[in-house]
Amino acid sequence: MKFRKIGALVAALGIVAGFALTGCEGSVKSGDEDTTTAAAETEIDADAETTAQDEADADTAAATDKLNVGILYISTKTDGGWSQGHAEGFAKAVESIGADKVQLFEKENVPDTDAQATENAVRTMIEEQNCGLIFATSFGYMETLERLSHDYPDVKFEHCSGFMTSENMDNYFGQIEQARYLSGIVAGYKTESNKIGYVAAQPIPEVIRGCNAFTLGVRSVNPEATVSVKFSMTWFDPGKETETAKALLDEGCDVLAMHQDTPSTLKAAEDAGKFAIGYDLSAAEVVPDAYLTAPLWDWSSYYEHKMNAVMNGTWTIEESWGGMKEGLVALDELTDLVPEEAKAAVEELEPQIAEEGNAFVFAGPLKDQDGNEVCPAGKSLSREEQMEMNYFVEGVLGQIPSN
Amino acid sequence: MRIRIVQRDHIAGGKAALIRVIAIVLSFLVAAILLGVMGYNPWQAFGSLFKSAFGSMSNIRSTIITAIPLIIISLGVAIAFHMGYVNVGGEGQLLAGAVVATFISHNLPTSLPKIIMLLAMAAGSLLGGMLIAVIPAYFKAKFGVNETLFTLMLNYVMQYYVLMLRTQTWKDPKAMGFPKIAAVPNNAILPKVFGIHIGWIIAIILVVLVSMLLRRTKIGYEIRVVGASVNTARYAGMDVNRVILIGICMSGAIAGLTGMVKLSGTTYNLSESIGGGSGFTAVIIAWLAKLSPVGILIVGFLFGALTQGAVGMELALGIPAALAESIQGLILFGTLGCEFFVNYRLVREYPSKATKEAA
Repeated sequence: MKFRKIGALVAALGIVAGFALTGCEGSVKSGDEDTTTAAAETEIDADAETTAQDEADADTAAATDKLNVGILYISTKTDGGWSQGHAEGFAKAVESIGADKVQLFEKENVPDTDAQATENAVRTMIEEQNCGLIFATSFGYMETLERLSHDYPDVKFEHCSGFMTSENMDNYFGQIEQARYLSGIVAGYKTESNKIGYVAAQPIPEVIRGCNAFTLGVRSVNPEATVSVKFSMTWFDPGKETETAKALLDEGCDVLAMHQDTPSTLKAAEDAGKFAIGYDLSAAEVVPDAYLTAPLWDWSSYYEHKMNAVMNGTWTIEESWGGMKEGLVALDELTDLVPEEAKAAVEELEPQIAEEGNAFVFAGPLKDQDGNEVCPAGKSLSREEQMEMNYFVEGVLGQIPSN
Repeated sequence: MRIRIVQRDHIAGGKAALIRVIAIVLSFLVAAILLGVMGYNPWQAFGSLFKSAFGSMSNIRSTIITAIPLIIISLGVAIAFHMGYVNVGGEGQLLAGAVVATFISHNLPTSLPKIIMLLAMAAGSLLGGMLIAVIPAYFKAKFGVNETLFTLMLNYVMQYYVLMLRTQTWKDPKAMGFPKIAAVPNNAILPKVFGIHIGWIIAIILVVLVSMLLRRTKIGYEIRVVGASVNTARYAGMDVNRVILIGICMSGAIAGLTGMVKLSGTTYNLSESIGGGSGFTAVIIAWLAKLSPVGILIVGFLFGALTQGAVGMELALGIPAALAESIQGLILFGTLGCEFFVNYRLVREYPSKATKEAA
């Protein structure tokens, strides 16, 4: 008897709660209409009963005159680093083109080592949301994207930081090394122990190149200093990044630089009373007591250019590789923690680097860690040599895991 | 008056179903409140969740492709759970299978007929998964070592082993210095039937095979007896250690095969994250399905739908991934949590009645 009573009670409670909550939903929904409009979905005059119809309307509207853009992020749009930098670039591009002409469909947390997750996200973007342009903002998406580009010849694919292209797949990146070199100058002046730490993500040419550029900057003003590198083997893992940073601090490093997606390294430096150089985004407000400067990306003009190109039908494969001159790369404003002489040196060199680009950064004579000459005096490393860079330059302590 | 938890002797099928339905409805309602508070339209969110899981042929395909490895590995893990052996090493066994399959695909001639290449890879992956699974089973049988920790730790051993392969031993020299393992050759890629790689056929065959194994064979019977009570098994004259070792060999082999299916079905490259956590998801799926192979087929498919649906929900409404994943978690929590009410009931207890209730 009791059995049944309790069952009935639970059921009744469930039903009552159900009604109550559906009621709530209705009111929540009408309230949040303004917010959703402000976000992405524009033409929804939401009403519980007509949702399906609305969706259909939105779909057809999108199919006719709007460019739908799909974006893959490896972490979240608010990671305080790499993905946030891209997300801000996209948002700025949309603002400048007009939200009535382009609409973003963004997927966060797509692991770039999981081909299946990547493929499912891209297919959903194209088939569900009619995306005509896909941006994939991490290296590991490359092969999956290339494979998919053959399945959807009418869609344009843009891949950041890789080297593959196809009929309808372009890649793009930039010469962040220019800003890395300048940030190295700052570190070279700032260090007192002459030991600088560098938290690196994965042992790939992009990361190695950045570390080398940084070290060359350091040694251009402080030939005594060394740069100790440790690989965290992850792009995005605040825990591991902090651990790696702490290991470097324990070795006596007093300035840390990093190539990671989050500002964890900077926080570790601040906690230890040391100094740090960021990446991707300014961390002046996150770690005011440690922050010196950071090499920054500004993707907005490139994204605007590519979105417009797709809409005008002028999209081509460019393998774009801009730098400070193009406004793609910059060094963040130097904080008050930066020594005056460093400020002067950066100010003096900035125009020259912007003009000459990475050819200035990787100008000979260059020696690798073991003292072998990798670039003779009077020459610079070619773009291809930079892309395949697989050795550390003189002044770097640490090893690239390799065969 | 106090409230006491009492185990149910039996529950009517209809009542159990009712509890489950209520639980799912309630978890969706909580998810709706969460979405509403965050400023999203819950109806639209669930609409897009459903639509991108089942809304079109292509979506159903994505759902199935996501579900295939989950179903296969859950079958493997379930065999171990049938014996009361907590195999949380599915991920590592999957990796071991994928490593052997990669090795075979890179070392046999690319001119080999596809069927032979695939069979060789499948056999290799079965063996790989089996070998890595049998280590903790042996230690458990011989020395009584806790298999939960042992299998769990082997996951990390395998992950770092593959990381080493990727960055050093098997690094692809043609990848411009990027540390990745070369893709498997064309004759090592699973063919497609109805636009989906034949992993789905493998999954269905395995569901049948594992059902038959558990219900129709002597070893299957022994596995279930060992799971129910080791002492009963001993009393009946069964060699418990032998049963555990054989059961684990099968469990690990199936997990290893999952690695091969993922490798030649979807990813084509071996990396330490090829498993994508499916070895752990498998534990949830196996328990939700009450270790029944057919149940695993259904639950695995729904899991695939939930994963694929969350992608669509995130895209359509611009919901942050963290929220989309929380909603997935909420729905799971609801479905798992309701099993408590299926198995137990809450009783109001008055002092005078206490003894009666307890009896």
